[in-house]
Amino acid sequence: MNWVPEVASSFAGKVDGVLWFVTVLSIVFFILITVLLIYFSFKYKRKTENDETPYITGNQTLEIIWTVIPSILLFVIFAYGLIVYKEMRTPPGDAVEVNVTAKQWIWIFKYQNGKSTINELFVQHNRPVKMVMRADDVLHSFFVPAFRVKQDLVPGMYTQLWFNPTKVGTYDLFCAEYCGTGHSQMLAKVYVMSPEAFSRWEKGDEEEGTIGTAVTKASEELGKDLYKNKGCIACHSIDGSVGVGPSLKALFGKNESLQDGTTLEVDENYLRESILIPQAKVVSGFAPVMPAFKGILTDEEVDALIVYIKSLK
Amino acid sequence: MANGTAATISEPSFLEYKSGFRSWFYTTDHKRIGILYLVSISIFFIIAGSIAIVMRAELFTPESDIVSPHTYNVLFTLHGSLMVFFFIVPGISASLGNFLIPLMIGARDVAFPKLNLGSYWLYLIGAAILLFALLEPADTGWTFYTPYSAKTNTNVILLTLGIFVLGFSSILTGLNFIVTIHKMRAPGMTWHRLPLFIWALYSTAILQLLATPVVGITLLLLIAERTLGIGFFDPDKGGDPVLFQNFFWFYSHPAVYIMIIPAMGVISEILPVFSRKPIFGYKAIAYSSVAIAIISFFVWAHHLFVAGISETAAIIFSFLTFLVAVPTAIKVFNWLATLYKGSIQFHSAMLYALSFLFLFTVGGLTGLHVGALAADIHLHDTYFVVAHMHYVMIGGTVMGFFGALHFWYPKWFGKMLDDTLGKIAWFFVFIGFNVTFFPQFFLGVQGMPRRYATYLPEFEPLMKLSTIGSWILAIGMIIMAYNLIKSLYSGEKAPDNPYNSLSLEWQTSSPPILENFKEIPVVTDWSYGYGKKG
Repeated sequence: MNWVPEVASSFAGKVDGVLWFVTVLSIVFFILITVLLIYFSFKYKRKTENDETPYITGNQTLEIIWTVIPSILLFVIFAYGLIVYKEMRTPPGDAVEVNVTAKQWIWIFKYQNGKSTINELFVQHNRPVKMVMRADDVLHSFFVPAFRVKQDLVPGMYTQLWFNPTKVGTYDLFCAEYCGTGHSQMLAKVYVMSPEAFSRWEKGDEEEGTIGTAVTKASEELGKDLYKNKGCIACHSIDGSVGVGPSLKALFGKNESLQDGTTLEVDENYLRESILIPQAKVVSGFAPVMPAFKGILTDEEVDALIVYIKSLK
Repeated sequence: MANGTAATISEPSFLEYKSGFRSWFYTTDHKRIGILYLVSISIFFIIAGSIAIVMRAELFTPESDIVSPHTYNVLFTLHGSLMVFFFIVPGISASLGNFLIPLMIGARDVAFPKLNLGSYWLYLIGAAILLFALLEPADTGWTFYTPYSAKTNTNVILLTLGIFVLGFSSILTGLNFIVTIHKMRAPGMTWHRLPLFIWALYSTAILQLLATPVVGITLLLLIAERTLGIGFFDPDKGGDPVLFQNFFWFYSHPAVYIMIIPAMGVISEILPVFSRKPIFGYKAIAYSSVAIAIISFFVWAHHLFVAGISETAAIIFSFLTFLVAVPTAIKVFNWLATLYKGSIQFHSAMLYALSFLFLFTVGGLTGLHVGALAADIHLHDTYFVVAHMHYVMIGGTVMGFFGALHFWYPKWFGKMLDDTLGKIAWFFVFIGFNVTFFPQFFLGVQGMPRRYATYLPEFEPLMKLSTIGSWILAIGMIIMAYNLIKSLYSGEKAPDNPYNSLSLEWQTSSPPILENFKEIPVVTDWSYGYGKKG
């Protein structure tokens, strides 16, 4: 069984060291206390109603021993936790910066080269990265178990964390500060790529990081994946129930009433426009809170989403 | 000290003295007020516990199937708010504390009996306000963090107002207990002859008096934020969201000691009686309660290690957090030593006390994991914290509460409980609790965040195990509730002192007469003289 997540950052193993240290010490004391508890309970089990018991009220030496020894051990745990913490909070000077904005309920990553992604973080293997983060609306928290990093994102201030991704692969990113209805859906993926793959991604082809999904997957399946991975699922149901946004069920072909009083029939163009520039035609009765995906989704991805939405009869 | 094998006083007991609604609703008898609190907190315990059963049922599968994510969020908000404010904070203090303090110190009532009744009415008013909050209930979590709590379109104001009113119940009870313990001890009852339960409730009362006003004001600030848009916590208006967290935890950390210290007091009473030995290290235990209460005011920001505070602040608070572990550890060793060379009887109350030692140790040790800075970054806001807190709150406080109920039941109600049924219930509670919460440590280390209505499939096996545990726990509680209620009617009549205990409450009738003692006793020794010769 995997006790801990993958060790995928330079200090993940050190954090595990602290965890193991505290755990082993805890187990030692736990066993000591439990064994004594059970042993005393049975060895001194009542034999008669008038058992003679010694009038022992305390022992100064024991009090000193079990005050001093735990104090020393507690200080050691504190110090060990502190030492690793200092490393976790000191980014190297050459760390590459990525800006993170969290908003209900998606992660927006902006890279130095001007690229922007939603719910997908692309980093290069063995190159330290510093996340400069803020929240748009409420508290969120950036949590990647495999890297052993976590830091809250706070509206009105920047917070930071750094890591050096030491293992190529794909890792889960969770929001770890309760942020409302879509909190548990506010998931992302971190792609740690070899320098070559990363370079290819940087230079243009958006789909490289998603490891060829656009090339090999049929549109409807891609659309369904995007529905989940890009955050649509947090606000738009597929079963008819109303959430922050209208349900996608039986949406295509529906006659929709807009906020300005007009009505229209939902077609491919309306869907495309509402994905890229949602504030253009907001459905009546809903707040204009949908984030814009212009510049974030490719045309191919928008196509796939439309195919998927059409399939939801 | 008398040992009493049959009722020695022929006056009616406090239960028989008067009957009818008015005699209960307007009572100033601390023993009846204790029962009023006991019934009220038990009702909220059952409601909040049932909510947890629904939550865990939803979490049996990764997807949202029984309730929607919004409803799940409302459920965990209510579960936390009701459990914390309406059950566990009043908890042992308001119920058993009210019943026992005057009896244990040799007084006829508390210092301010009418204020005592007023405190209970404030509890009821808080509960009534809460009922209105159930229309479109809040979905903020019991911690009400801003900005979400300032923005969400749910009934945050009514819920926080209910808690605000409840806070006064806590403050005034604390005040009452402090004055009572200072001024109303029987002749000869010096501080160092007081039962340790009294030392515990005294330390708790200090926390209630000093810390609760902070949460009251904090909740008022939140209400002002929502109604007047002042912007204490809104960066667009120059405010700071993290300020709320600091205010909130300034109370809520001491609050967790309000929750545990009374339970520790209970353990200090049960262990000597059922081992027939004095408590080991009386002064160490007494003063460690006071030390914990004081240090508890200085650790609150260990809840904020990743909230955006400075590294320096985090380091200071981690250090202080490890400091508070020292007096706690001292207690555990002293309790263990009490058993040494004793004559141990496994009454149900003793089973709860022994399992407290076992479970609270797990809870306390896992607090070290989250107190250590590097480890907390990984574990914060995961199921590890959920497991840790439930081990100390259920494994600690609730075990102490159940133990106290089984121990003092004969004194309070004049009937004996069915001890076999008590042991069976204990078994289901103990097993069920561990099956529910132990897997959650592993879930947390593996990265499962808390407050998640839906989750990734890799966490499903341990989540299922945890849910099954909750059913076993529920069965145990149902058996226990059945025992408690049925024994009121069909339990054997209780003698004055069924366990041959030495403290003052056992030297009067079961249940006590209205004024507790025919004559105020004169105290010549502490109440732990078990095994003393001559």
